[in-house]
Amino acid sequence: MPDLLIQLAIIITKIVVLTFIVVLPLVPVSVYFERRFSAVIQDRVGPNRVGIPFTLLGFKKDFHFFGLIQPIADGLKLFLKEDFTPAHVRKAFYWLAPALTVVPALITVCVVPFGSPISIFGHTEKLVIADLDIGPLFIFSVASLSVYGITLAGWASNSKFPFIGGVRSTAQMISYEIALGLSIIPVLLFYGDLNLSKIVQFQADNGWLLLPFWKNGQLGHADLNTLLYWIPAFIAFLIFTISIFAETNRMPFDLPECETELVGGYHTEYSSMKFAMFFMGEYAAMVIGSALIITLFLGGWSVGFGLDAYIAKFEIFGIGIGGFIHMGCFLTKLIAFILFFILVRWTVPRFRYDQLMKLGWVVFFEAALINVFLAALILAAPQLKGVIIGIGSVLLIAVTFAVIWVAKVSEETPKVLRA
Amino acid sequence: MPSYLFWLFSTVMLIGGTAVIAFRNPVSSALSVVTCFVGLAGLFIGLSAFFVGVIQILVYTGAVMVLFLFIIMLLDLKDEERRANSLAPVAAGLGLVIAFVVQLIGILSRSPDKSLPPLDHATLASAAADYLPSGKIAASLNQGKLPDVHLIGHTLFTQYNLPLQILGVLLLVATVGVVVLSKKQAG
Repeated sequence: MPDLLIQLAIIITKIVVLTFIVVLPLVPVSVYFERRFSAVIQDRVGPNRVGIPFTLLGFKKDFHFFGLIQPIADGLKLFLKEDFTPAHVRKAFYWLAPALTVVPALITVCVVPFGSPISIFGHTEKLVIADLDIGPLFIFSVASLSVYGITLAGWASNSKFPFIGGVRSTAQMISYEIALGLSIIPVLLFYGDLNLSKIVQFQADNGWLLLPFWKNGQLGHADLNTLLYWIPAFIAFLIFTISIFAETNRMPFDLPECETELVGGYHTEYSSMKFAMFFMGEYAAMVIGSALIITLFLGGWSVGFGLDAYIAKFEIFGIGIGGFIHMGCFLTKLIAFILFFILVRWTVPRFRYDQLMKLGWVVFFEAALINVFLAALILAAPQLKGVIIGIGSVLLIAVTFAVIWVAKVSEETPKVLRA
Repeated sequence: MPSYLFWLFSTVMLIGGTAVIAFRNPVSSALSVVTCFVGLAGLFIGLSAFFVGVIQILVYTGAVMVLFLFIIMLLDLKDEERRANSLAPVAAGLGLVIAFVVQLIGILSRSPDKSLPPLDHATLASAAADYLPSGKIAASLNQGKLPDVHLIGHTLFTQYNLPLQILGVLLLVATVGVVVLSKKQAG
């Protein structure tokens, strides 16, 4: 069965290349960006010294690679550190927890489309590991498993602060999963499909969800309905992006590892490579979250402006390289979005825990629900009569104001504390 | 679904299920339930029910069991680890299992041994005639793919529309009830 073997070889190549050569190196790259970008924001220089120590050999200057190999030094340090297991931990769970944070984040890579199909000697191959028809749901469900890692880390450490960190993270991730799931319903309504490859192909042909300025490969604005749909799409984008921040425990919402209150949070008792795995899991989740945002809202691998059909046809020596150009475009967008994550981390101060919960349950949950109805109304408007559209919009406005009113009324005025 | 995958996932499920009652530590038991659910999701996906499999993980593993684990950790059940095995629960459990197996054998011996039609191109394309020719379901059925998400949506919103709405109202009532109860306790 040589045919089966070839298929197997292709799948394994895709898994190895896309997961371990494309996505995993993005983790140290984003750590490097994190350190340099935060340095720029705080008017520092940042790590710029790691390199070849020529001065030891008697030369005048070191060669420092502009600090680009700092992540390698960091990784090496984490490998060589003493891996200390405190005596009071629950061993089996303590060992299991770091793996449970990294593995789900890396499994989700398999449904992300990295580029348009490439053709090598007449054989077309999609640049996605598993072209599932349930893309976003698959990512949500597997990513929701990573909560076990953090929770178990907190519990297995068997000491107070990690435990509080773990409990916080559980509550936070469950709360924001609801906002996350509800917020993309308008997006899925628009595409009518859950296959991420098809979603990106649709955007390449008909304009990105947040940039609908070409249609069927021609520049020009879309019809009124699609333009109106920009409003629910943008609300969905806002809710989704902020919820991804909360899901990945990134800065404005990194309460589980809030070091001013919890020492180090759930990973206080961890050291060496086990700590590094939590670190990697967090960054991998951030990379995948960004990839999902880009794929759903910002056109995925599509270059845009009606150029994709031409690019997909590029060929050199019978090898279609259009897919690789698209992959480059995807990675550029990905890194830009990671930079945005980092910018937010170093700009916005941390929320209080009750503020975080309130934002999730009172603001985002309701906003996402109302957004679903708004999206459905706009989508169905061409088939409805004017009167029904009118009634629908009046109802929608009434519900919106009712929700705002209830939220205002039920808000408890804080008691004045006296010393 | 290849039979070796069926055996793999069934074994995972059975090991998980046995571990639930074998472990003394409640957290280990909860994690065994999670293993069991992951195996079940694998079985669903093997039957081409991708949506059901993924929802199985999303709802039960990602939300329900996390809440279970949350509560178990907060309660810190020390008594459970020390409990002695008494005869009565074991006997009752065995009785239940035997009753279920007898029932299963009874049903399986009566039902005709029909194999399902294979999900190949011809079967799917012939099924496409039942749906709107211009719709997405018919299009992907004609391509030889099973659009399980679209099919579930279609069935829910055409054949079972009223029960779905009633369920929605029921869930709303439950949510309101929970809010009322929790507010009462706080005051």
